[in-house]
Amino acid sequence: MPSALINVPPKAKRGDIIEIKTLMSHTMESGFRRTSAGELVPRDIITSFTCRYNGTEIFRADFFPAIAANPFLSFFTVAKESGKFEFEWIGDNGFASTASASIRVE
Amino acid sequence: MHRNPPTRRTFLGLAGSAAVAGVVPIVTLRPSDATPAMLASAIRNVVGEAPVRAGKVKLEIPPLVENGNTVPMTVSVASPMTANEYVKSIHVFNEKNPQPNMGNFYIGPWAGRAQISTRIRLADTQKVVAIARLSDDTFWSASADIIVTLAACTEEVN
Repeated sequence: MPSALINVPPKAKRGDIIEIKTLMSHTMESGFRRTSAGELVPRDIITSFTCRYNGTEIFRADFFPAIAANPFLSFFTVAKESGKFEFEWIGDNGFASTASASIRVE
Repeated sequence: MHRNPPTRRTFLGLAGSAAVAGVVPIVTLRPSDATPAMLASAIRNVVGEAPVRAGKVKLEIPPLVENGNTVPMTVSVASPMTANEYVKSIHVFNEKNPQPNMGNFYIGPWAGRAQISTRIRLADTQKVVAIARLSDDTFWSASADIIVTLAACTEEVN
């Protein structure tokens, strides 16, 4: 069961630069590891992450196997209005997960 | 409860498994390492024919890493982040992981600060390169050399 940790300040002053931190639980199996029997373990990673702020995309990332397990991201945005941040992770084998957080901008 | 003191046999057994865990990944053959040539071609795929200049970008990774499986990395770009002058994207590459690409990060003037952090895997002691694309479509870069004592990717799955 995928689970996300989101850190968005609950409130901010208009024009403030805020930091957004996200962490998604996922093994990020690189596809380069072998079992003790020598078989290659198939790749199973998150390939894309998107953050929308009141419907507008403000941040997107493409992940490769070189991103560590339980991918963590920190990025910034200007607090322009109250509303909602929506986060979406998409990956191999149909992986898809979403999360959201609200902010009050004064 | 009283625990039995470790016998010579259990001690040797532990030492043996520690040796397996510690030594084998280092001598394991890595057949598909990214090479400096692959690094260069991965960079070309992103920047095309445009020149990549050193500067403006700051790449922060610990210079000595004990465990390559999770290495904190921060990339920041000196930019005013205004509507006319901002960072479009940040791309991170490596020299010796099985694949040269690590991540692409797309931002814009609304970010306020051109900075991203994540955690990466490093399969070997190597160079990491971060490239930023600015709003005028120029490319700027920074690189860091990292020494890795325990590599990622090469360990066996239990």
